[in-house]
Amino acid sequence: MKVKYEREACQGHNRCYMLAPEVFDTDDEGYAILRIDGAIPAELEEKAQLAADNCPEYAIEIVAD
Amino acid sequence: MTDVERPPIRDWETDFDHGHPDYAAAAPEIWDQLRESCPVAHTDRYGGTWLPTRYDDVSAVAHDTDHFSSLGAVVSEWKPDIPPPMGYAPPITSDPPFHAIARRMLLQFFSPKAINAWEKVARETSRELLDEIETSGASEVDAAEQYTQHIPVRIIADMLDLPREDGDKFRVWIHRILEQTSSQPVEWEDTLDYYLQHKIAERRQNLGDDLISYLCQVEIEGVPLLDEHVRGTIALLIIAGIDTTWSAIGASLWHLAQNPDDRRRWVDDPAVQPFAVEEFLRFYAPVTMARLVSEDTEIGGCPVAENDWVLLPFPAANRDPEAFEQADEFVIDRARNRHSAFGLGIHRCVGSNLARMELTVAIEEWMARFPDFELSDPDSVRWSTGQVRGPRTLPVRINKGEAG
Ligand code: HEM
Ligand code: SF4
Repeated sequence: MKVKYEREACQGHNRCYMLAPEVFDTDDEGYAILRIDGAIPAELEEKAQLAADNCPEYAIEIVAD
Repeated sequence: MTDVERPPIRDWETDFDHGHPDYAAAAPEIWDQLRESCPVAHTDRYGGTWLPTRYDDVSAVAHDTDHFSSLGAVVSEWKPDIPPPMGYAPPITSDPPFHAIARRMLLQFFSPKAINAWEKVARETSRELLDEIETSGASEVDAAEQYTQHIPVRIIADMLDLPREDGDKFRVWIHRILEQTSSQPVEWEDTLDYYLQHKIAERRQNLGDDLISYLCQVEIEGVPLLDEHVRGTIALLIIAGIDTTWSAIGASLWHLAQNPDDRRRWVDDPAVQPFAVEEFLRFYAPVTMARLVSEDTEIGGCPVAENDWVLLPFPAANRDPEAFEQADEFVIDRARNRHSAFGLGIHRCVGSNLARMELTVAIEEWMARFPDFELSDPDSVRWSTGQVRGPRTLPVRINKGEAG
């Protein structure tokens, strides 16, 4: 599985960073930065899904790679 | 009570009034009823105002800045007379493209990492207030008066390097702006604008490393910000940051006071706390925003005309069963929670990381000190009217001894 993060939709709610800091960092202005390039390590899959499920702007999707 | 008397309500579908105490007392039930009977309600009050209550409609309006202008962010009897692009309080009253400029200069102060630095102040403030309550020995306290209202005031005063003692004045001014939907004449010397004008002039002479000094030095394309811009933005931080957070903390304590199972869960299972905080924000979202229709359009199939007001009740969107499972229940460990308490789209609350931190710390500290408490007089709890909803009196009885 892969994380698809759409920067254009992100409004910096930071829910993802709070729930899954291993997967998302935040820049100086509070917008999300995806930390994982490629497949999500198995142990982080649940957290990545949690971030996707809580993003108010639907900016995150977990997709098959 | 200083609120202005409002005429009685005929029915909620065609004559609602968000400034009426009946609305304040039962808003969630009214939204649930309207979502079923008339999902885009209307009133002739305030010159014509719409109230969508479905998540999808609220979200669509919030994301459509072409047809809905933020120049009118607070519904009143008068349409705003301060011209674009700034409006009274940039960025909340600004539309694109100016909005992005006015917003961007604030973001670095409110990012999650920048806000971490303020956690210590929030914790010290909470503990000091709890010490005062504890040493007073009283078993009945007004948690709104003695606790919740002070926490956001101290932090914003520190961020702006304004005296903490001025907090009482801030609260009076904010109340006048947000909770009273009709205006009464006031002396210019007794306004937030007058106060800030003086502080900004002082600051320009003697710059520090606070947020006001920073804004005094910001330039847009080589031109320093107008005094009105600095004043409007600082006014916004004070107005948007205090009543809102105080309401969220108060509503959360109101909930905990009545729900021993949730109190126990909070104490026994710290991993649930971040989820509980988001659920407090969903279920008791305090802020309803407003827009002015800038061009004839429709909301959920319902035609709306240029210059109509539209209320954006994020709290109603948060209780829409189409968008949330068990929407009308408080689920302390809710795992899927895309709530809109901090708005949606380009105006997402700049202070959301600060507010979330303050709410978390305030509840953590209260629960660590007083894990067992209850409402001492449930009927006397008064909810604020207007666009920010929270308990303004919150008498609780603190039970000493064994927790739970
Ligand atoms: C629980 C507490 C809070 C809630 C529920 C809340 C809610 C909101 C909402 C719903 C908006 C969107 C407005 C719109 O769409 O027109 C907003 C905007 C804003 N809030 Fe908050 N707020 C809170 C606390 C704070 C704090 C602590 C601050 C700063 C000290 C703050 C500063 C702002 C600013 C500057 C904006 C304007 C953003 C823009 O227009 O781009 N808020 N807030
Ligand atoms: S939760 Fe969504 S909107 Fe918020 S920072 Fe993450 S990606 Fe952006």
